[in-house]
Parts: sequence; C-alpha cells; structure tokens
Amino acid sequence: MIEILINTLIDNSIITAFLFVGVVTYLSYWISRNLTAGIIHGSAIAITLGLILAYAGGLYEGGTRGLADIPIFAGVGILGGAMFRDFAIVATAFGVDLKNLKEAGMIGALSIVLGVILSFFIGAIVAVLFGYTDPVSITTIGAGAATYIVGPVTGTALSASADVIALSIAVGLIKSILVMIITPFVAPLIKLNNPHAAMIFGGLMGTTSGVAGGLAATDPKLVPYGAMTATFYTGAGCLMAPSVLYLIINLMF
Amino acid sequence: MVIYGVALLSFCMIAGVFFGELIGYLIGIDANVGGIGIAMLLLIFIANKNSKNIKIDNITKSGINFWNAMYIPIVVAMAAKQNVLAAISGGWMAITAGVFVVILSFLAIPFLYKFVKTKES
Repeated sequence: MIEILINTLIDNSIITAFLFVGVVTYLSYWISRNLTAGIIHGSAIAITLGLILAYAGGLYEGGTRGLADIPIFAGVGILGGAMFRDFAIVATAFGVDLKNLKEAGMIGALSIVLGVILSFFIGAIVAVLFGYTDPVSITTIGAGAATYIVGPVTGTALSASADVIALSIAVGLIKSILVMIITPFVAPLIKLNNPHAAMIFGGLMGTTSGVAGGLAATDPKLVPYGAMTATFYTGAGCLMAPSVLYLIINLMF
Repeated sequence: MVIYGVALLSFCMIAGVFFGELIGYLIGIDANVGGIGIAMLLLIFIANKNSKNIKIDNITKSGINFWNAMYIPIVVAMAAKQNVLAAISGGWMAITAGVFVVILSFLAIPFLYKFVKTKES
C-alpha cells in the first residue's frame, strides 16, 4: 500500500511538487492569519518554511539540494530549479512600466557595479580578519560574498583550493538565505516600496534567489524591477572579481 | 490561444539566455551575462509594441499571467531546494561574512536612493 503510494509520488514528481508547494503555502497562510495576526506575510513564512525543510532534507539525505534529494520531493528540485525560476521571473516583466525602467536605467547599472565592489571588499575584509593572507583565497571568498556563483567561477579561474571554493559558496548561500528572510522586515525601514528602490536593491544585493524570494515576500509588484538588475549582477561579478578586483587585492597582499 | 502566450514567454527566455551566453563567451567569462534581464526587456518591448501592429489578446495574456502568478510558489520550491546545511556548516567565517554583506548592502540602499533623487531634482 505505502510502497504503491510512494511510487505514485515519485513517478509524478513535478505534480507531487505542485501539491507539496500548495500544502506548504496553505499552512503558511494559516500560520500568518492565526498565529501572527497577519503581521508576518504568508509568503515570507512559506519561504522560511521551505528553507527549514531544506535544512531537514540536507540532514536526512546528506545531499546538496535540500529537500529535493529525497526521492519523493525530486520534483521540488525541478520546480524550484533555475529553469522554472527564470521562466517565472521573465513572466513578471509582463506589465512592467517602461517609463520607470528608463528613468532608473543608469542608477540600476551603477548599483550593480557598486554592489559587486561593496560585497567583494566586505567578504575580503572578513577573510583577512579570519586569518587568510594569500590573495587568491581572499579574492575567492570576496567573490563568494557577491554570489555563490561568482565565488566558484573566480576560485576556479585563479586555481584556489577546494576548501576555499567551498567556503566561498557557503558565504554566498548565507547571503542569499538572509536576503530572502530579512527583506520583508527591513523593507519599510529603508523605503523599499517603489520600482526605483527595488532596482537599486536588486543591483546591490545581486543574489537572484535572495532578491526573488525577498521581494516576493515584500511586494510581488516590485519583483521584476529587482530581478532585472540582479540578473546582470552575477555576470558583472564574474567579470570583475578574477580581473580588476584580484589585481587590487594582489597589490595589497 | 493560451499556448501563444506561453510560447511568446518561452521565445523571450530562450532568446535572452542565448544572448547572455553569447556575451559571456565573447568577453571570455564562463557565465551567463544578464540573459534573463535581456529576456525581460524583450518581453516588455513586445508587450509595449502590442497596441500598434501585433495584438496580444486576453487569452494569450492568460498564458503569461499564469506563470507570473506561479512565481511565488516556484520561489517556495526554490527555498526548499537550497543547500541550507552547507551554508550553515560553512562555519563562523561564512556566517560573519554573509551577515555583514547583507547588513551593509541594506544600509547602502537608502543612501544610493537619496543620491539619485537629489541628482534628478
């Protein structure tokens, strides 16, 4: 009986994922309404619940894809993978006001460059404080503080050690998870409530998953503006970290 | 038809990702440079052209709007497949770096926003 049910869930993995997300969402909105009196938004709870389940999945299965490594939740990995995420992000652009975008184009581009530099040097400073002295490791960890893709791309380009590359991914993951969780809470304090601020936010943070999750829980209307700048960030980071930024670090150490 | 909307969305994404890969290849880095951003710009451009020669009817729109509405559920699935264990087992250095980067980046937003507003006026 149980085996037949499990096989049914595994054989229809994406459909199981739809059901799973539906149940998580329902529970989250219930918690939001009844336990927080609607103060914490349902989608913020759903994302946090997703992260907790990802942690549990990692403990249980020991893989790298959180809950998605458990066979019956394999579809969650597909639904939540980069392909569907990016497809849905593109769809959010439908209905974007072209005027807002044109007005904030320059500042969007500026915030991407500033964002990469800011994140990189904070990461590099922390690496130095924790005792790293070779320029390759410092650069790789700094790059990981940009995003968890910029870290390994830079580390591989500079032939950093596997440990340091893994560490750079961990830094990027922490950043992305924190942005997902914290954004809805700090949004009112920093006036993250309009398209211009959302474009600056996307450019400074740069982590597509963090920005996608953070804005979804703050105000879904802002998603396309933040996502737009964030999707250029990883490319800019991969361009700058192993070249200009590495040279600067190399001069200092 | 609904499929026209979904197909239009797919066209924009494939075209955008292709150009992103191409830009990455041309400047010699192993990453997609803004492919999804380009796809979004393409969709916005087509949607704004709409009124003149190409007509996107409501049923076609619903094919795009469905995926727009699926955005948050997909983000929830995305959260559930993150490598949270690796992030936490990265130790104190990873946590310290992550926390500082996020706090200081958040603090920089109002600063940059104010800078834009004063420049405009």
